[in-house]
Amino acid sequence: MISPRRVFAIVLRLYYLYRGSIARLMPIFIWVLVDMVLWGFMSRYLNRVGGPGYNFVPALLGAVLLWDFFARVMQGVTNAFFEDVWSRNFLNYFASPLSISEYLAGLVIASIATSAVALAVMLVVATAAFGLSFLSYGLALIPFLLVLFLFGICMGVVGSSVVLRLGPAAEWFVWPIPALVSPFVGVFYPLSTLPRWMRVIAAVLPPSYVFESTRAIAHDGRADFANLGIAAALAFAYMLAAGWVFTRVYREAVRTGLIARYSAESVS
Amino acid sequence: MLAVRELRKVYGSTVAVDGISFEVAANEIVGLLGPNGAGKTTTINMILGVLAPDAGAIAIDGRDLARERRQALERTNFAAVYAPLPGNLTVRQNLRVFGMLYGVRQLARRIDAVLERFDLEALADARCGVLSSGEQTRVSLAKAMLNEPRLLLLDEPTASLDPASAREVRASIRAFAGESSGCVLWTSHNMYEVQDVCDRVLFLSHGRILLEGDPKTLPAEHGKENLEELFITVAREPLSLGDMAV
Repeated sequence: MISPRRVFAIVLRLYYLYRGSIARLMPIFIWVLVDMVLWGFMSRYLNRVGGPGYNFVPALLGAVLLWDFFARVMQGVTNAFFEDVWSRNFLNYFASPLSISEYLAGLVIASIATSAVALAVMLVVATAAFGLSFLSYGLALIPFLLVLFLFGICMGVVGSSVVLRLGPAAEWFVWPIPALVSPFVGVFYPLSTLPRWMRVIAAVLPPSYVFESTRAIAHDGRADFANLGIAAALAFAYMLAAGWVFTRVYREAVRTGLIARYSAESVS
Repeated sequence: MLAVRELRKVYGSTVAVDGISFEVAANEIVGLLGPNGAGKTTTINMILGVLAPDAGAIAIDGRDLARERRQALERTNFAAVYAPLPGNLTVRQNLRVFGMLYGVRQLARRIDAVLERFDLEALADARCGVLSSGEQTRVSLAKAMLNEPRLLLLDEPTASLDPASAREVRASIRAFAGESSGCVLWTSHNMYEVQDVCDRVLFLSHGRILLEGDPKTLPAEHGKENLEELFITVAREPLSLGDMAV
């Protein structure tokens, strides 16, 4: 059974870390702010040269905003996990009554907090400076955010599993995950642009359905809710799979002594 | 309080712990001794639940660690030189986080009590990372006592302390074992300290318990002048004591 108090302890530790650290607070919103400004001007320019009939602001700036939201959710999980890697805290944590479910729940809640801040900053800038109306997505906005949130959590948990399995140096594998996924999910272009093999991969990636829908809304004002339902089901299944993967990696780390070796050599 | 049965751990072709069994009773302080590579830390890691044994069972206060992990670990705590508390939080913040993880009741009062016990009040709002190694050891011990554990595991707790601080820590641990119903499993390479503190010692060599007994009388029973001499014999010539293995 999950203990809310132990979950809160994980969140509280991260709150203490972020509260007193400009170096941790700034990355939450500085890069998304840069992206909003860059792609805001890009969308405005394309609207001017593209002529009337198609609005690039919801199609392009809105898509970048949603993609950055996904990346912030993922990094919210991995950064919280890395704090324990960097401070060699696993032995202290996992020799306590803390369970894996409680630990992951703490990371997810921390990610909700940091990604909500990033989303709020992006919305303010995109709306105030470039006239993006998030409400133009209508009810589709709910599945958009839900799908990207679930998939972000999933990628964050999988990335954390990779580092738990391969060691701190494997951080390198985690940072580029959003960049590696983005060509397949069509953040900036329709999936029909992709070759067949890439479209096959896109079909099993939940964000693909989100970005196809943002373009559909920009084009004819309608989202495909059936496809968004598939995306939500896929994202939920991936999230369960990610939790399973982390648990398996953790159990293997306990079997081999990797958890203990994160702090010290255990074969003494 | 602690019951270890036929515990075994193998890494590839290396047998780190070879079917050891022992118990630690309430109010008892037991020293787990042996040269580097004897299997002390492996044993402690298995008792802490961060290393899965290949065979055997561990029960803490009657709770089987494999089946009732949470209940068993709620009754346990530890301090080790290689597991300092995160340096980027203050002493009080760390104690609050770990107090919540261990389900400590009346946490604020309990934190004040351990801060006082380990003379950490003046350092309560300092980040752990800026403390001296001796101060960090005291913080680890404060965390280890926070939940008033039934089983306290200490892996070389005084290794980085000056003699005066080490004596105070030994007194605190003796007081813990005497006043509470808890027990202590202690590893150390300081044989004078072991002789001073422990009620009983277990000598490990190549993953097996080679000798067991009262640290004050054990050396004479094996024709040695003191515990250090016995330790050196265990480390260099374990076979000469092999027929006495328990």
